[in-house]
Amino acid sequence: MSDEHSHNRLYLTVWVVLLVVTVVEVVLAYVNLSVMLMLSTLVILSFFKAGLIVAYFMHLRFERFSLFVTLIPMLLICVILMFGFPLPDAPRVLELKP
Amino acid sequence: MAQQAHDASISDWAGGKSPFAIGSKKLGMWLFILSDTLTFTALLVAYTYVRVANEGWPRPFDTSSIALASVMTFCLLSSSLTMVLAVAAAHRGDRSTAAKWIWATIAGGLAFIVLHGYEWMQLIEHGVTPFNNPWGVPLFGATFFTLTGLHMTHVTAGVIYLGIVAWGFKGGRFDSEDVEVSGLYWHFVDLVWMFIFPLVYLLSNVI
Repeated sequence: MSDEHSHNRLYLTVWVVLLVVTVVEVVLAYVNLSVMLMLSTLVILSFFKAGLIVAYFMHLRFERFSLFVTLIPMLLICVILMFGFPLPDAPRVLELKP
Repeated sequence: MAQQAHDASISDWAGGKSPFAIGSKKLGMWLFILSDTLTFTALLVAYTYVRVANEGWPRPFDTSSIALASVMTFCLLSSSLTMVLAVAAAHRGDRSTAAKWIWATIAGGLAFIVLHGYEWMQLIEHGVTPFNNPWGVPLFGATFFTLTGLHMTHVTAGVIYLGIVAWGFKGGRFDSEDVEVSGLYWHFVDLVWMFIFPLVYLLSNVI
């Protein structure tokens, strides 16, 4: 039963942290930052939130390491490839326009 | 002894065993989530690409719609918490409590659908449709409605899925693994919104 309670407290803590990070993101949107700094901060915070959800809400931290290794590194590589290769090309399209 | 442990670690992958130590339903859901993540990543990349590549990208999200999107984020995050509590209750064998938490999760999902639908109606009233908008950048409507529309489809399917699971788990037709698998799906829907919210809404404040 005490294990049950500590788990519920862990879930509540994760939920509070997620809400706090969301509030930080919303506040950031109204602060005067450069676009690149804003974009990278928001993306890093989003990945942090996603990590919390996957690790605790989706229980991946409590599964076998082999499941983590099978699912996550390949996925991250694919996501980084998809963002990393096309996006730097986007500003070039603006220059191509007459 | 060491030799024995070594043999055991090999035979885990030699067939006839479950090397991930999870059920096939759960592994199946994880693999589905994997492929769905790539779909949403592609849509987010496409949205960001055409936004950067088009001058005068529309920014129809004012303070009130960002406040609305923040409330939607709160609904989804809270429904994730209630879903986790439902899974915990299901593993305890407490069927009626688990069903109650799942209904709370469904309420969060329905609130999200209603709020997002309201936001869509506002945009459509201002002439923002999938193929047209007042700013003359039709790609905005196409990418925005495809991205948020696919997410809305997932939320709607999730609400129906959770309803079936709540009903069937209380009736004893589903076991706690089914509740956990539906939870995985729901958390994934939440997770996707954690990227749409900053990249589509918050960033439109700046660029």
